[in-house]
Amino acid sequence: MLTRRLFLSDWGGMAVLVLLLAMAVAVPYANLVLPPESPWHLSTYWVALIGKFLTFALLALAIDLIWGYAGILSLGHGAFFGLGGYAMGMYLTRQIGDRGVYGNPELPDFMVFLSYESLPWYWWGFDMFWFAMLMVVLVPGLLALVFGWLAFRSRVTGVYFAIITQALVFALMLAFFRNEMGFGGNNGLTDFKDILGFPVQARETRVALFVISALVLILAYIASRFIVTSRFGRVLIAVRDAESRARFSGYRVEHYKVWLFVFSAMLAGIAGALYVPQVGIINPGEFAPLRSIEAVLWVAVGGRGSLFGAIIGAFAVNGAKTWFTTAHPEVWLFALGALFVLVTLFLPRGLVGIFRRRRREDDA
Amino acid sequence: MAAWLLVAGGSLHAETQAFGLEMPAADLATATTTPTFAVIAQADPYTGDMIDPSLLGTDAESAGEGTAETDDDLMEEAVYEGLEETAADVDLLIQRLPEGSFNDRRAVAEELAATGDPRVPVVLTALVEGRLLATGDDPPRILIRAETGRAGRDALTGEPVDADLIASGRRVPVHNPLRNALRNLIAVATISAPDPERRAASLRRLMRDDVSPDMLAYLDERVELETDPRVTDLLLTVRALARLNVDDPEQRLESIALLRGSLLSEVRVRLEATATRDDDPEVREAARDALDSIESRIRFFRFTENLFFGLSAGSVLLLAAIGLAITFGVMGVINMAHGELIMIGAYTTWFIQTLIPGALSTSILLAIPAAFLVAGLVGVAMERGVIQFLYGRPLETLLATFGISLILQQAVRTLFSPLNRPVASPDWLSGSLHVNPLLSLTWSRIYILVFAIMVFIALLLVMKKTSLGLKVRAVAQNRPMARALGVRTGWVDALTFGLGAGIAGVAGVALSQLTNVGPNMGQAYIIDSFMVVVFGGVGNLWGTLVGAMGLGMMTKFLEPHTGAVLAKIVVLIFIILFIQRRPRGLFPKKGRAAEA
Repeated sequence: MLTRRLFLSDWGGMAVLVLLLAMAVAVPYANLVLPPESPWHLSTYWVALIGKFLTFALLALAIDLIWGYAGILSLGHGAFFGLGGYAMGMYLTRQIGDRGVYGNPELPDFMVFLSYESLPWYWWGFDMFWFAMLMVVLVPGLLALVFGWLAFRSRVTGVYFAIITQALVFALMLAFFRNEMGFGGNNGLTDFKDILGFPVQARETRVALFVISALVLILAYIASRFIVTSRFGRVLIAVRDAESRARFSGYRVEHYKVWLFVFSAMLAGIAGALYVPQVGIINPGEFAPLRSIEAVLWVAVGGRGSLFGAIIGAFAVNGAKTWFTTAHPEVWLFALGALFVLVTLFLPRGLVGIFRRRRREDDA
Repeated sequence: MAAWLLVAGGSLHAETQAFGLEMPAADLATATTTPTFAVIAQADPYTGDMIDPSLLGTDAESAGEGTAETDDDLMEEAVYEGLEETAADVDLLIQRLPEGSFNDRRAVAEELAATGDPRVPVVLTALVEGRLLATGDDPPRILIRAETGRAGRDALTGEPVDADLIASGRRVPVHNPLRNALRNLIAVATISAPDPERRAASLRRLMRDDVSPDMLAYLDERVELETDPRVTDLLLTVRALARLNVDDPEQRLESIALLRGSLLSEVRVRLEATATRDDDPEVREAARDALDSIESRIRFFRFTENLFFGLSAGSVLLLAAIGLAITFGVMGVINMAHGELIMIGAYTTWFIQTLIPGALSTSILLAIPAAFLVAGLVGVAMERGVIQFLYGRPLETLLATFGISLILQQAVRTLFSPLNRPVASPDWLSGSLHVNPLLSLTWSRIYILVFAIMVFIALLLVMKKTSLGLKVRAVAQNRPMARALGVRTGWVDALTFGLGAGIAGVAGVALSQLTNVGPNMGQAYIIDSFMVVVFGGVGNLWGTLVGAMGLGMMTKFLEPHTGAVLAKIVVLIFIILFIQRRPRGLFPKKGRAAEA
């Protein structure tokens, strides 16, 4: 019954899930088992790159969930992504132990450099993996709860919400740039050594992180799909399409919005946490408003309102970005800008929309 | 909640850290690559004060001719060249300088200072610096060794003498107490200098040292003779400071009364000393009282300064946001490329400056209409090309215009350069207006404040008094009805957007005088501009004015307590919370259209 509801008439989603599963099997095989001479061998660089795209896809999924299904455009999802990343980064920093430049077993390098006496209280507990993982979902979730509750209760919607989320992420960026915040300021947290005792840089660890990212993305997709196909999800769509009417029909619109927002923020936090060990650094640049807006573009390109479209969009845009920035770096911003304009003008349903329209024509 | 606590906890902790490395990486990079031009300042030979190079006029010019002479030498040159006939009694006094003990020398120097002879400061300066020499003859020849080289000149006549004679001279001995006394005397001697700037500088120098009561008679005399009112003020202050040391408590009280309200830091230091150390309790009380009055004046001027900074920051915000108030407020279009339109205006200024070099004022004035036209045309092109297809879909507009902003940024980078462009300011825009020692206002900021208000009024008039404004408001209120009444709504949309974009361009001209002109400059304003419009209330120009000034003030009044970055964070959080209370801003649009 449940599987029927989740997967029936979601052929695109099924295809993307199968593809992701195939990747989770094929990539480790191509990297670890196949010899480097083989044409099918995948270098560790590619594993890390695609792993990064997987976390971006998770972030895109989180944005699509609220933008596509509740009409909430957040230009500040980078805030949750970054906070999740920082929680993971703090765990990884604590794992460095006395292997830092200054060799202080208690304090990270930048704290020794800034002459901290002892570990600030908000760093307590981050040496424990379970605690850090709890914070990865809890901190973004709580921020989203407070922020969303305040905003939705006073019916801040649409453009206004977009702008204040941008203010939020901008404020966080400024705050994390401050050395006094105790998160490494400009440089952020980096130079990680171990995760759960495995060396972060090692090939096997990277492949494992890749597989975990793929599996988390699959799980997140199924969970999101569960939400949007439930009664809760149908109310959300009603809210998106006619908020006042839904409210007058007796639904507490703000409750629906807040919980979806919190869930989305948690997904973004997890995405950030998976992103950090794969790229090896987290710094306040993740909070740059541009990053958050770019993430919205992934969703717009892939197709707002179809969950697997967000995943496709994240891969398509980031793939293009990687190619452009290595082959023609000066063209990249032109291409990205043009993509924004063209997609909004000609592909309001994104890449997914192209297939959808064709299928409808087939049906007719 | 936890995240907010994190923020708060972090900043609390921060106060104990003295590290203030808050510069983002980009700023650091520019800071290290930009060569530092040291201001070539020179010290006044008399007072040791740094003096404005422009005052040195001729000195600086002749120094540029390749002579190795120093400032002191040149000054001496000037003194001796102007010497027509030498007073014999002064000659005798100068010749008595090498004789006797340090105290004798001091007495002679005091007599010399009282003569007002123009050679006295030169001779005494040489004495302080150990360059005054005496030969073994009777009466001795007094020589001054040049600051550089081994030659010198005769102290009485100014004739150059050769190195051998200099080498044969004995240094006239000085010790530190004598040096201090001499410095005061030199200052006294220069109080009579013909140049009022010199007189003022030497008085300021006197103020810093303890003025001994013995100089009072001389100061009284100068007060009578002084013609420059600014120097008279300084003289009176110095005299009052000197009187703080006299024995008569009545006189001390009198001078405290005179010093009340003075904003000079030296006066404050002396009054503090008097308030704690004077023998007479009445005098102590009066000094404390005077200090209080000074403190309250300082507080007042600090407040005024903050007020000005706030208004100035507000005017920048107003300029940046007012175009947005049109496009976003009236048309409901989220124009993320607004910052790039500002950038286009700034680049237009730079371009016109490079076209007509040398005519800074003209080019700035020309740049205003030019920037309006260029940015306005870009705006009309944007509206016709993209935005008109997206009306009623604000979120899509936001994304499309963001794309345009990226394209414009990259276009500027490719066309010109990714580096900042230098935009020069005309003379009347640089420098500052000195109100008093505590308060000086930069001209550029004053002009930009005035300019912002002028732009605001112009825009208000366009909206309220012209037929375009009427049509714009009609379309904003009820588009189908306006169209039914014969308003060409498409045309009005394009013009409105062009108007908003043009105003952004004009803002760019003003901002080019304050900040760096580079491809990224627009991004610095976009978030702030949106905050202002949202805070003030969409669709209300007055709201934008109040919003801009309010946020500007808030930032500047927070900054002294929190630092710039934290102030900005606090303001952002304030706006986020404010929007919760009043989702439509300070002055919401009223009526049925508001719900749409």
